Amino acid sequence: MIQTTAVVVGAGHAGLAMSRRLTERSIDHVVLERGEVANSWRTQRWPSLRLLTPNWQTRLPGHDYAGDDPDGFMPAADLAATLTCYARTISAPVRTGVTVQALRAGPEGFQIRANDDLLHARAVVVATGACTLPAIPGIASVIPPSTTTLTPLAYRGPGQLPDGGVLVVGASATGVQLAGEIHRSGRPVTLAVGEHVRLPRTYRGRDIFWWLEATGLLAERYDQIDDLTRARHLPSPQLTGTPEAVTTDLNSLTAQGVRIVGRLGRINDGVAQFSGSLANTCKLADLKMNRFLNRADEWATASGLDGELPPPHRYPPTRVDPRTPLELDLTSGEITTVLWATGFRPDQSWLDISVRDRTGRIRHDGGVVTGAPGLYVIGLPVLRTRASTYIHGAATDSDALACHLHSFLGSQRR
Amino acid sequence: MTVTDSPVDNGVNVQALLGAREALSATPEAADFTWRASCTWRRGTHSHSTVDGFTGLGAEQQHHTTYEYDIDHPECFASEDNGATPVEVVLVGLVGCLTAGVASVAQFRDIQLRSVTATIEGQMNVLGILGGDPDIRNGFETVTVRFAIDADASREDLEALIAQAQKRSAVFDIVANPTKVLVELA
Repeated sequence: MIQTTAVVVGAGHAGLAMSRRLTERSIDHVVLERGEVANSWRTQRWPSLRLLTPNWQTRLPGHDYAGDDPDGFMPAADLAATLTCYARTISAPVRTGVTVQALRAGPEGFQIRANDDLLHARAVVVATGACTLPAIPGIASVIPPSTTTLTPLAYRGPGQLPDGGVLVVGASATGVQLAGEIHRSGRPVTLAVGEHVRLPRTYRGRDIFWWLEATGLLAERYDQIDDLTRARHLPSPQLTGTPEAVTTDLNSLTAQGVRIVGRLGRINDGVAQFSGSLANTCKLADLKMNRFLNRADEWATASGLDGELPPPHRYPPTRVDPRTPLELDLTSGEITTVLWATGFRPDQSWLDISVRDRTGRIRHDGGVVTGAPGLYVIGLPVLRTRASTYIHGAATDSDALACHLHSFLGSQRR
Repeated sequence: MTVTDSPVDNGVNVQALLGAREALSATPEAADFTWRASCTWRRGTHSHSTVDGFTGLGAEQQHHTTYEYDIDHPECFASEDNGATPVEVVLVGLVGCLTAGVASVAQFRDIQLRSVTATIEGQMNVLGILGGDPDIRNGFETVTVRFAIDADASREDLEALIAQAQKRSAVFDIVANPTKVLVELA
């Protein structure tokens, strides 16, 4: 039985950032990690995956990017190596190969059962991330049994798939990346497109994430965002981190021959039905992109940068074929694989404390869990700012939560 | 903005809608509505339907009058044209739902509407419903809606208006997306 002041669950970028902040405040703690440091990046990402954010933006507390490719995009394996090195540099007290089985209230505040051992702590930080499990829609159960199905967590490359057509469901960052990669392998892709976020990779010569940061959009706080639930559930933007910095929007995919159809609705007797609202869905994404580009241009003018940047411009609207099919017979042999690029969800099943709302999500105020003093969560989309969704957001999030945790420890009657 | 500007009024009580959204998020059972209509066959393809009550907010509700609809087919369908066709009533429902959405979104976005008109068309090949060709569906091949909006707003703002109206339209969802329909004998 181990006793410590704080436990951090998860040694990804958020858990390590938290550890650094706790060390800065001399708060005794351990970081429990079920695999090796950066486990998800090692074992649950496909090899060609790169971060959406450029290297110069991949900052960790006290550790800026120091490599020779600031405008490049880090492959998953490189991020895992960076985080492993970071954990050593900050001497993070990580216990690897430790799986948390249950977190409950305990005599010191919290009791954690991990690897059949017990830990007692006064504070716990949940840093297991937002992408542990795939979010697969219920209709997956009626896909014809002869069809190969998989999620991005199990996907390693097109070579793993049988020959034939592939239906990729979901057109977020994962969906567009995998649709392009699979289509180029000679397997014709049909991409089912629901609500999505369209952005160019670069605009007026700068990476789009440079604009997102410079205009202040990423710094927008959770308590200043009108529809926070919607913001936290926005699909990831249709971006890919390639050395050539190409744009991977729907137009780029249709130009390669990928067929886009509407959002997957129902599957009746093996026939998949797609929404007839694809045109408006694409229009909404175009309008949203243009709203941001308008904001970027206004900011550039106000900042006196127009002289050194190429002029503003806009992109062609998303092309939607008027003959887009509304259904696809999954039993005809045309489609041999269905890939569910329908998003991810956290695995907090081990959390045995009553802190969830009626939809099953942990109730929190900027990472401070409601109704369980001493319990925190980090590494979730728009946790405290829009930057929380990306690697570099953990630096400020961990500082704010460590400060709160520190005050909490000080205020407890012992 | 001049001193004589009056606040935007499209006649939509946005505050009430926002309040309802917040209140109903806390009591989701109250947000369950069941809409109803009753239909009586007259003769041939002519039927008469009424709408008067619905369930919502946890209780039976009543419109303040009974609304009546005569539905029929036209003479070129060898019928008597006692009312609009069912498919035309669907078009009326869709364009009415979108128009209500345009007004609501405009109110929320502080856009004063001066006039809004729309035409809606549903293209259909009747060999479908006549069973004359298995590759032709019964329903519409395409529905097109054309809005003419006179308001103090840019074209981009108005395009965003109609895009958002579609995004939050019940009938648009019913028509554009698969819907479960169960028909049984009493």
